[in-house]
Amino acid sequence: MELILSIAIGVMTACGVWLILRPRTYQVIIGLSLLSYAVNLFIFGVGGVKTNVPPLLGDGTVTRALADPVPQALVLTAIVIGFATTALFLVVLLASRGLTGTDHVDGRSDRK
Amino acid sequence: MTGWSHHLIIAPILVPLIAGALLVFIDERSRTLKALISLAATLLLVGIALVLFRAEGGSPGQERAYLLGNWSAPFGVVLVLDGLSALMLLLTSIVAVAALIFSLARWHAVGAHFHTMFQLLLMGVNGAFLTGDLFNLFVFFEVMLAASYGLLLHGSGPLRVKAGLHYIAVNLAAALLFLIGVSLIYGTAGTLNMADLAMRIPEMSADRRMLMQAGAGVLGIAFLIKAGMWPLCFWLPTAYSAASAPVAGIFAILSKLGIYVILRLTMLLFSVGPSAGFGATVLLYGGMATLIFGTVGVLASQALGRLAGFSVLVSSGTLLMVIGINDGSISSGALMYLVSSTLTISAFFMLIELVERGQDAGASVLAVTMEAYGDAEEKEPVEGDGVSMPGTMAMLGICFAACGILLAGLPPLSGFVAKFAMLSAMMGTGAIGIPPSAAVWTLILLVILSGIAALIAMTRAGIRTFWSSIEGTVPRVLVIEIVPVMGLLALTLALTIWAGPVMQYMDATIRTLSDPNVYVDAVRNAVVAPVKAGGL
Repeated sequence: MELILSIAIGVMTACGVWLILRPRTYQVIIGLSLLSYAVNLFIFGVGGVKTNVPPLLGDGTVTRALADPVPQALVLTAIVIGFATTALFLVVLLASRGLTGTDHVDGRSDRK
Repeated sequence: MTGWSHHLIIAPILVPLIAGALLVFIDERSRTLKALISLAATLLLVGIALVLFRAEGGSPGQERAYLLGNWSAPFGVVLVLDGLSALMLLLTSIVAVAALIFSLARWHAVGAHFHTMFQLLLMGVNGAFLTGDLFNLFVFFEVMLAASYGLLLHGSGPLRVKAGLHYIAVNLAAALLFLIGVSLIYGTAGTLNMADLAMRIPEMSADRRMLMQAGAGVLGIAFLIKAGMWPLCFWLPTAYSAASAPVAGIFAILSKLGIYVILRLTMLLFSVGPSAGFGATVLLYGGMATLIFGTVGVLASQALGRLAGFSVLVSSGTLLMVIGINDGSISSGALMYLVSSTLTISAFFMLIELVERGQDAGASVLAVTMEAYGDAEEKEPVEGDGVSMPGTMAMLGICFAACGILLAGLPPLSGFVAKFAMLSAMMGTGAIGIPPSAAVWTLILLVILSGIAALIAMTRAGIRTFWSSIEGTVPRVLVIEIVPVMGLLALTLALTIWAGPVMQYMDATIRTLSDPNVYVDAVRNAVVAPVKAGGL
């Protein structure tokens, strides 16, 4: 379980980093989305990987059989904020495309 | 403070939030009403910041923690007011008023929702200065960033959209690093409350400590991007010089926000225990590299906007080096430098727009090697109406000279006092009296050289702008545009005149900061308000 999770985070981070270094705005935004998925999973992972355990403390619950609720709350906030900023970036990307007529990140037209 | 006045701590967040929300619902056409609400909220902020600043007084023992939602300290989010945050709140509100008044001449009308975004930016900045919780800091950082994206694009045009695209991409990546850092720290320390962290980090076991330091390093990178440490700073001059003048004026505080967080976290988390001094070397040498890069940039800039952008880097570099040295008496001089350079750079960004208004296409040809960014065509925003300034060129010239003096650090303005305080403490003639090391000598040399470079660059730019203009068109400058610039510059004069009390405040603030227990106690001793029986 831990292995699958860490491989997933690693692969997504690698793809994301490669994509945000590409010259097309579309690639950059996909790269940022992939990176934010990786980071969200990472935040989720710091609470410890557990299955089938609720984050609720009830009578007679042992702390061993308890998922850490804080990373779950953090990841929710991070997802919402990431979502909003990606949408905002998309708008700027479209504005840039409209103003320069190209989707190059520097607004350069390099069609031959 | 007791009773209702205790709740004043949260006012710097609530006032801009309410004003910003209110402004969304007002139609864009009733511009005067929007401007009035925005101005009233910002002036109220100055008032609140002044009250908090006076109540705080910089003396230890005056720190106050405010429990949000009445949750006791390590479990809920706390806001903490101490000497440093009170100072930063006051500085923010002053710069905000100046930038807002400046924008009323015409900039606030060139695009939609200027005032809303301006207020939300203030909310984010104030929240980041006040919060005592790392994840809450992330939230306020994002509020501030989201508003700053909108503000940077305000006025539109291909130049701004391009700079905005880079700015947003860099900051989104930085936000992700922030999250990685925060979650690593949570995973190792088990808390995100800064006071709680300050207690737990010195006692952390060795294997956890390594991961925690990795997390803190990643977290630090996010703030160093904001502060503009070399080599994370290449976006900064372009973005700041592309922003419209009042926006660049308020952006001067954003890079100081990065500095503030780094100062706060290093002083709080890494001053005692086995993790003490973590990152100090990086900050010292990174600061040196930033200062060198900024100085070269200042000398190389032809466009005034980029000159100001590189001045931001010079100021960041100096401050980062001082944080890296971590010496009490140098730091209090640096705090003075922070205030002085923020006021200067903010005034300078606004002044540049007024000065360049007089230069037509013919004059800009003079700047033969003008960077690709500096010469793109700019759509002229709508002409504002109001009283124009008599003796415009003379006034602009005086303000420009004052900016030059401040950036170079010459007497009689506060740039000199601040640099003098720092340098004398570095040379050991101050309170400490130990001979400076080689690193400190390099630092002294760099600070002095950067001052000379600023002087050369400003003199050259001044001669080109004021003395050798071929056309001699006098720009039409409104009184409400020059008054905020002059106001900020007058404040630097006031800082010089009352340098004694100001330096005392800075000393007291640094003394408080260097003892993390003061902060920790303030948070731990925060009393949960009694729940009224039968309430709700």
